[in-house]
Amino acid sequence: MTKYVLKRFLQCIPTLFGITVISFVIIHIAPGSPIGMQLNPKTSPKIVEEMRKNYDLDKPLHIQYFLWLKKLFSGRLYSFKDGKPVLQKIRERLPATLILNITSILLIFGFAIPLGVFSATHRYSFLDNLGTLLAYIGISIPGFWLAYILILGVVKLSGMPVLGMRTFAVEGLRFLELALDRIWHLVLPSLILAIGGIAGISRYMRSSMLEVIRQDYIRTAYAKGLTEDEVYYKHALRNALLPIITIFGFLIPGLIGGSVIVETVFAWPGIGRLAYQSVLSRDYPTVMTIMTISAFLTLFGTLVADILYAVADPRIRYGTK
Amino acid sequence: MKLKLILLAIPAFIMLILSISFFSARTTLDRSINQLVIGSIGDASYLNPILAQDSASSDINSFVFNGLLKYDKDLNIVGDLAGSWQVVEGDKPVIAFNLRKGVKWHDGVEFTAEDVKFTYDAIMDEKTNTVRRSDYELVEEVRVLDKYKLEVRYSEPFSPGLESWTIGIIPEHLLSGCDINTAEFNRYPVGTGPFRFKEWISDEKIVVEANEDYFEGHPFLDRIIYRIIPETSLSEIELLTGGIDYSNVYPHQYDRMRQNPYLRVYTHLSLGYSYIGYNLENSLFSDRRVRQALTFALDRKKILDYCLNGRGKLATGPFPNQMWYHNPQILPYPYSPEKAKNLLAEAGWIDSDGDGILDKGGKPFKFTLITNSGNDIRRDIAVLAQRQWREIGIVAVPRLYEWSTFINTYVNPRNFDACILGWSLGVDPDQYSIWHSSQIKDGFNFISYRNEEIDRLLVSGRREYRKGKRRAIYHRIHKIMAREQPYTFLFVGEALPVLSKKFFVVEYGERGKKDFHPVKIAKGGLMYDLIKWYVPRRAVVSDR
Repeated sequence: MTKYVLKRFLQCIPTLFGITVISFVIIHIAPGSPIGMQLNPKTSPKIVEEMRKNYDLDKPLHIQYFLWLKKLFSGRLYSFKDGKPVLQKIRERLPATLILNITSILLIFGFAIPLGVFSATHRYSFLDNLGTLLAYIGISIPGFWLAYILILGVVKLSGMPVLGMRTFAVEGLRFLELALDRIWHLVLPSLILAIGGIAGISRYMRSSMLEVIRQDYIRTAYAKGLTEDEVYYKHALRNALLPIITIFGFLIPGLIGGSVIVETVFAWPGIGRLAYQSVLSRDYPTVMTIMTISAFLTLFGTLVADILYAVADPRIRYGTK
Repeated sequence: MKLKLILLAIPAFIMLILSISFFSARTTLDRSINQLVIGSIGDASYLNPILAQDSASSDINSFVFNGLLKYDKDLNIVGDLAGSWQVVEGDKPVIAFNLRKGVKWHDGVEFTAEDVKFTYDAIMDEKTNTVRRSDYELVEEVRVLDKYKLEVRYSEPFSPGLESWTIGIIPEHLLSGCDINTAEFNRYPVGTGPFRFKEWISDEKIVVEANEDYFEGHPFLDRIIYRIIPETSLSEIELLTGGIDYSNVYPHQYDRMRQNPYLRVYTHLSLGYSYIGYNLENSLFSDRRVRQALTFALDRKKILDYCLNGRGKLATGPFPNQMWYHNPQILPYPYSPEKAKNLLAEAGWIDSDGDGILDKGGKPFKFTLITNSGNDIRRDIAVLAQRQWREIGIVAVPRLYEWSTFINTYVNPRNFDACILGWSLGVDPDQYSIWHSSQIKDGFNFISYRNEEIDRLLVSGRREYRKGKRRAIYHRIHKIMAREQPYTFLFVGEALPVLSKKFFVVEYGERGKKDFHPVKIAKGGLMYDLIKWYVPRRAVVSDR
């Protein structure tokens, strides 16, 4: 097992290298330039040329790539947009993105699994059908639209501030109030982020559960004289959860990636917005670094998914012939 | 069994916490805190006036830094860090600055002429990533005479140079010897201004606090919070909930905002205009009569009404209507499809094959009209222009491109027929870089406009220091441009700042008694007397 993990890990390195090379080339070939974006009539062409030189944009592409690598690993990679170290820019926004995404994952699994199990055990009942309907609505509704409707609704009905990570223009809050204020600001964005996930994964959970219930060993369990609850929750659920566990691995890159739309709509200072703005302003160092990090996390996530699968399911063994 | 319980308990627990937070959250905000919360669509980049390019950074820098000169509320140049100054005209004009004595940086060190020299040197260093350098290219020498006196000598007369000394001065003692592009200073600025920097949380907020040692007096406000809200429709919501006190709004929001009892909406013409630019290298547009016809054929009043809810004025030339160099005798082209058709017929464009489209030499009058995506106003202009031109038999095909692509692939390589854009301008009338024929190759004259008289006037305009003479020059430029129509000048839009009514301007009346006046707008905007703004506790109550 350890050998397998190590091997898979080493395999990631050339893949990661390939990803960075390709994204570097694509970003630089894409139309646009980080300089002269303001269309400020006071910028003379001479200055644009000097700035290109300062940013090494006049050098051949492969040299620029190695310069980027060198700067990244020596920690001297600065954003074109504000001269900040790129890693610091990402680090600053990491907590906001992490807390939002972890909350939404909690919501997704906290609600999707019970909903799925309920639907499966009450198959074709009225509530199951209602759940199916709601799930389809949840999957197909555009998040940004729902977000606006929710924001407008909450503001119109209660006048409560909903944007950002905290309430502005208040003073002298105690710790508990502060914490609750933070949680309140998390509610809407994490809900919007989670709705699609809850809808999708509860469907997934339902079909997985139904499949397990049809198995022979479930019939055996019934034959033994176990009650329905014992059969469902002791025998069936554990096996039905296996595919869900692997999904967890794929969620890891999403933890960092953030969501541009939700972060923009809720004025959430996260990484998704940073990535989007960096692309718009052609801030090559920042775009490349965020891209590399999410590529790495995607690779890492698939690896974790594979390992989790092996850990959870004794039928699966890697690396042994 | 346990599993079933867990499955039920987790969602129940989450619901519980969420509802507690819902019921505990504050529904009413304290409107009497003595602070100003400004909403901005973008985060700042450099809190360093010589590096900043975006409006968010400029806003913060204007709180934290001072220039040698500044614009007053009527947009006249007055002294700021320079107590007085004098222009000695000649072949090599000199500006002599006398600095205020006893001005302190926020860290307590005294401000001197050496800081000004340092700022100038930093701008001129080729390694510094600043777009400001072109403003100072004609400066021959900056000479420090003593601690409070310095002279700037120009290699030739250059009147727009005066405006360039409104740039914020940066402290030598904190910046000398470090790489200014990446210095920590750009995130923790120290200036001489009315507010000192406190904190900056990326993409969320920037806080500055009153500088009690400010040379013009202690600001009445305790602090200013600059809050980043990346969506304009959301800043409207925050204005309504009291999460922000000040923001600029769009024309379509104007009426809604006026109905709110807590808010006051101001209007003033902005320094800039929207236009449709014609690529004059394209044979379609080389004839002046054709360009005039294109303008006659547009019902620009209707476009203004539709795109800006009528909040603006029709532009008649390259100068904003409220400025002294705008020529009031030039009237806007009336909407007249008849005149347009006649002019086009004179130029040889007639519908000879009866397909409803004008043609000349077998070629139909058809071109693409490009603009950037993400700007709804420009998109609407494109659609309306397409429709109105089609009525006289001209086919314009609108195309939208993402901003950076638009600029770098189409506008800068001069690879377009016609484009919709806008200029935001400085206060000084000089537009050499936009219209002079030397700027065709790689400057901002991307429509390739060539006119010898304009070239001559532009040069003499920037060599002349006296306002009266400059006025005559720019009025003449305005007149020629109106006739030539290198652009179809569309309109000068209004800026619509919205401010909470809780702010008052404090004036000391007779016997030092404090008088409270509502905040008033002037040509220079709203913030000119920011240090006198105050939130009185009682006035808020009476306002309700």
